[in-house]
Amino acid sequence: MNKNLKEQVLRSSGVNVLKCMRCGKCSGTCPSYDEMEYHPHQFVYMVEKGDIDTLMNSNSVYKCLTCFACVERCPRGVEPAKVVEAVRLAAVRQQGSNHLSPVQIPDMLDEDLPQQAIVTAFRKYAK
Amino acid sequence: MQRIGVFVCHCGTNIAATVDVKAVAEALSHEPGVVISQDYQYMCSESGQNLVKDAIKEHKLTGVVVCSCSPRMHENTFRKAAASVGLNPYLVEIANIREQCSWIHKDIATATDKAVILGKAAVAKVHLNAPLTAGESPVAKRALVIGGGIAGIQTALDIAEAGFDVDIVEKKSTIGGKMAQIDKTFPTLDCAACILTPKMVEASQNEHITIHSFSEVSEVKGFVGNFTVTIKKKARYVDEVKCTGCGACVEKCPMKKVPNEFNEGLDNRHAVYIPFAQAVPKVATIDPNYCMMLKNGKCGICSKVCTAGAIDYKQQDRFIEQKYGAIIVATGFNPINLDKYDEFAYNQCPDVVTSLELERLMNAAGPNGGTLLRPSDKTHPHTIVFVQCVGSRCDDEKGKPYCSKICCMYTAKHAMLIREKYPDTEVYVFYIDVRTPGKNFDEFYRRAVEQYNVHYIKGMVGKVTPKSDGKIDVQASDLLSNEQLHINADMVVLAAAIEPDKTARPLATMLTTQMDTNDFFTEAHPKLRPVESATAGIFLSGACQGPKDIPETVAQASAAAAKAIGLLVKNSITCNPCVAHSDELLCNGCSSCEKVCPYGAITYQDKEFRMPDRTTAIRRVASVNPAVCQGCGACTVACPSGAMDLNGFSNSQIMAEVDAICK
Repeated sequence: MNKNLKEQVLRSSGVNVLKCMRCGKCSGTCPSYDEMEYHPHQFVYMVEKGDIDTLMNSNSVYKCLTCFACVERCPRGVEPAKVVEAVRLAAVRQQGSNHLSPVQIPDMLDEDLPQQAIVTAFRKYAK
Repeated sequence: MQRIGVFVCHCGTNIAATVDVKAVAEALSHEPGVVISQDYQYMCSESGQNLVKDAIKEHKLTGVVVCSCSPRMHENTFRKAAASVGLNPYLVEIANIREQCSWIHKDIATATDKAVILGKAAVAKVHLNAPLTAGESPVAKRALVIGGGIAGIQTALDIAEAGFDVDIVEKKSTIGGKMAQIDKTFPTLDCAACILTPKMVEASQNEHITIHSFSEVSEVKGFVGNFTVTIKKKARYVDEVKCTGCGACVEKCPMKKVPNEFNEGLDNRHAVYIPFAQAVPKVATIDPNYCMMLKNGKCGICSKVCTAGAIDYKQQDRFIEQKYGAIIVATGFNPINLDKYDEFAYNQCPDVVTSLELERLMNAAGPNGGTLLRPSDKTHPHTIVFVQCVGSRCDDEKGKPYCSKICCMYTAKHAMLIREKYPDTEVYVFYIDVRTPGKNFDEFYRRAVEQYNVHYIKGMVGKVTPKSDGKIDVQASDLLSNEQLHINADMVVLAAAIEPDKTARPLATMLTTQMDTNDFFTEAHPKLRPVESATAGIFLSGACQGPKDIPETVAQASAAAAKAIGLLVKNSITCNPCVAHSDELLCNGCSSCEKVCPYGAITYQDKEFRMPDRTTAIRRVASVNPAVCQGCGACTVACPSGAMDLNGFSNSQIMAEVDAICK
């Protein structure tokens, strides 16, 4: 268990993971569920346990759409998407851990892709 | 010269672990007038009380200060002890060094300092205490039960059994409440109507019970033993005495499109209606929102077909006033409104229903005559999903913070009944925890799983989506197998949280009783006085105090009746002598006190006074009715001239306490 990392994730997300009552509604509502190795309720529980390295090394952090359905529907106001976001930030802020670089962009472009999506992708996947 | 005794209690380790009780006793022994200062392990015990009694006799004490728990706990104990050896009980003061000191502090030095200060304040106050004598007031030998569900009915029956008159006030047109809507009861699966309706009939036939149906409490005045209550008998446009309940009017009424509340709006009733066949009283009621005669004067068929001549379109609300010794609140519960839970599609899809609606759908007297059919197309459902904890166990923004307690059991019941009657139907229950504390409860739930093969899945439903083919997609997580499920369901049943009836809050204001933040009535003590409210003479019965199933409700209803009977058998009760009085020479007649008095105890009188120049003058001054005053002290604060004062809590006593604390 990495205490500093847990502290960092808790602080940057502003989430109190102890409010979770383990109902799993977040995962029941998640549209990216099948894409993710670890699911929203597991993020909350693993952060509580301090098992953050595992989450950071999983591609689950990049599969979250940040649609906030889990935040909207959590009965206890836990806000799991903010936990995922905080773990992703912890990952991309490490040196050399940008998940997206400008040179990749031209290959991704097609006429249907809104510019907004590129901006959002940089905000989410890079420092 | 005052001779004051100070007694510091350890309360085991409750006080002594955080407060240096010996140091407190020592410090207080130096206060003016203190002749003896002792500490003891349990001051409320027999030997502790003897310590106080012996000291009063030996040292001829004129005042006693006990540093112990809250006065609500043991003030009476020590007052009785003092009275038994001839000291006026109102010369005893309690310094609360437990709830307000030892329990809330961690540091011994700080807590000890504070305990000394609280003790000093009490000593300063007891210097000014005057002996008071409690008067007596008579008890009206009649009880009022507010709410005619199973709680109210049981309470009324038990009080009537003891020989006292009871009135039941029910806002609906029949008694019976929620239990009348229920099909079967857990864990025995016996028919709810079969056990409830005989009780309803018993209540209506009991010579001691009067049922005011379609009525509301509109005003409550007075105090324990002497409540004066105004009951509003709402106009039902049918003469209750003449109506025989034959139903001819209902049959002929042309206005047939009124949502039927008794069936949770799943079918329609007429504008004139009798809620169900076993209604008590079995009297028709005309709904003024739909009756064409009452709305625009065109129709009048019901009055033509009524052979008893009971229809009265000109009926007005009537008010009756009655005196009661005790009031029992039994206002019950309702399922919460599910409008804000969009994810469950309750408002979009008729096949997503609440558990109470399912109860009606499965009831032989319900809209489908007991055959379970989908509300949308009246077909037989083959896959049914139950969702638990809808609106329960939420944070404050999302719903109710408490567990509604009854849902786990009634869902197991529903699941079992469906599997029993329609074995081709698959039943899924999504649960967070299955909570089944109670006699034969967990066995019941296990039967649903093991014998009836109900699929219990640990996880919550995230989204319910009605599809174009009439099916419903239920997206949920299965936490144990760590997968997301999509169930193609025909019906979804939501276990909606329950909340106190909306009439409870204004009623609590009228009764000056306390409620918690969820609008449940607060009991006088959570463990030791569970059926009394903190206001004397007001008792609590059933789900108005907290979520409860039927057995618990009936048990509490009988307990509330026992407490009420304990009050009603008395011919008189001792009044609180700590009441306000006004100094007529200081009173300037401003009426401030009259306006703030919540009990209506203050009136103004014109009195003749002799003035300094030997003339006489008529002045308007306040006077307090000590039998009505509850000693709340609001008037003493409102009075600008300092004329109002409260016995036992006089302005000078309070100031002496403040001075002692600030010294």
